[in-house]
Amino acid sequence: MPVSPTDRSAGTALLVRIAELRAWLFLIVLVVFFEVWARIAYGNTFILNTYNLQSITVFATAPLLLALGQTFVIISAGIDLSLGFVMGLASVVAAHVANYALGSLGLPPIAAMLCGILAGVAMTFIPGLVNGWLIAYLRVPPFIGTLGMYGVARGAAYLFAGGMTISVTNEWYSAIGNNRILGVPVLVILTAIACLVMHYLLSQTRFGQHTYAMGASQPAARRAGINIRALTMKIYLLSAIMGGVAGALYTGRFSAGAPQAGEPLLLDSIAAVVIGGASLFGGSGNIAGTIAGALVIAVIQYGLVFIDVEPFWQFIAVGAVIIVSVLVDQTQRRFLGGRQVE
Amino acid sequence: MSDRAAILAVSGASKRFGAVEALSKVSLDVFPGEVVALAGDNGAGKSTLIKAVSGVFQLDEGEILLDGRKVSFTSPQEARDNGIETIYQDLALADNLSIGANIFLGREPMKLAFGFLPVIDREKMAEAAKSTMETLDFHVTRLNAPVAAFSGGQRQAVAIGRAIFWNARLVIMDEPTAALGVPEQRKVISLIQSLKAAGKGIIFISHNLRDIFEVADRIVVFRRGENAGERKPGETTSDEIVRLMVGK
Repeated sequence: MPVSPTDRSAGTALLVRIAELRAWLFLIVLVVFFEVWARIAYGNTFILNTYNLQSITVFATAPLLLALGQTFVIISAGIDLSLGFVMGLASVVAAHVANYALGSLGLPPIAAMLCGILAGVAMTFIPGLVNGWLIAYLRVPPFIGTLGMYGVARGAAYLFAGGMTISVTNEWYSAIGNNRILGVPVLVILTAIACLVMHYLLSQTRFGQHTYAMGASQPAARRAGINIRALTMKIYLLSAIMGGVAGALYTGRFSAGAPQAGEPLLLDSIAAVVIGGASLFGGSGNIAGTIAGALVIAVIQYGLVFIDVEPFWQFIAVGAVIIVSVLVDQTQRRFLGGRQVE
Repeated sequence: MSDRAAILAVSGASKRFGAVEALSKVSLDVFPGEVVALAGDNGAGKSTLIKAVSGVFQLDEGEILLDGRKVSFTSPQEARDNGIETIYQDLALADNLSIGANIFLGREPMKLAFGFLPVIDREKMAEAAKSTMETLDFHVTRLNAPVAAFSGGQRQAVAIGRAIFWNARLVIMDEPTAALGVPEQRKVISLIQSLKAAGKGIIFISHNLRDIFEVADRIVVFRRGENAGERKPGETTSDEIVRLMVGK
């Protein structure tokens, strides 16, 4: 008996494909919109300008780094609200350690910078593992567990920095954050590498495959012999590490460690994942979508400034895009997704 | 059946939960190519027994022999590694993954890309999915489609396909038709026939006496955690089975 999956399979497959790519389509529409506006209003190009391209992509790096880890968390049907201040904590730790290594230990600038970055990233193991432990072993809902960690990391970052920003004078560290190689900002290159690694982890490894399975149905994943606790720990640890990378790089970009470095970026990271097509119910999403989501936010924010709209409209525009994305996701689920995942 | 060795032989099985005696000296044998239906009212001990066999928890007393070897599983994973697959009514599949990914869930095959990078071998999973599903007379056209795109009966076939692919000796089916419509139930019944033809031992739990009479070689009735009788479908009636279940 030949069986084809559902009655509407062929057309549905195409629609699903388009729905999966919607963030990229939307990005193209946005770029075209700003390009047309710029040409009509200023007789100038928006996107074909190297400076604009560099600015937009650098602008997108920090929220994207956070969003990469957040993608795993959201696919697993969780959420990581602590990420913004984990980034801030990593930023101030990296700044302090880099300064200490340079000044007190007398290390060369490049070694001092590496010490700072390593320390900043290493310190995120603590919030990452505690988040995972709360959620996996104590069964605290991810929203509550990571909200608690948001407060703890926030307080710890301000205490560590004495309520101030910690300025860093280190030519190597500043170069990482601001220099370009063949016109491409170093930050963009590093973020691109992170994207490749995360794409590999999510789409090509058992870790990624099990993250999807757990997000669709935790009982099914457990019955298949997947160690849910270990997997949960790994996912929240990965998220925190990406927060650490973002924080350590922030310190280079602004030559300062700031406790509040990631505060406005947490929501952008969640927004990027959702705009990228992930469902907050878990089980769907991918790195390519998240990249497009982060670029959409960056283009909206930069583009609105470029065409001289009052900056406060950025918040409204990004907010509206998030809401529309969730509505599109729900509609897609209803019409294309088959059954609801319990 | 004495000419063949039992795949599963449970004897003297007892299990208490606090003051409740869920199982009391229960025995059960399953032979190759045999479908044994467990019948009994709610709380009769059917679920407790299969959970002990599938490694969810351990017995207080009694022993479980698998192919004549004494076993005591500490986890469902261990039972699975020893050839015991359990299929549940609520379709324990990850809806967002393909048939192949579900068959291999937790045991994904890996290969090296570019000679050094370990990646999941999706082609191998797809090929295994195709050939396994064909043995169930289920010819899949879109191997990459998530199982959410398939009907309930087709999804149950995927769960059964998983048991076949991993060469399970004993397949436990806990109300496998309960979540399905009538045509889909017929399909699952025919899938059970193919498992039987492949020489597997099958434990079949259902509230539906019609299904039991259609598919079972033996009906084992439990009442209040004890064996209440055992009949062959051709030599009994639903009325008699019900009497055994309620104890009158």
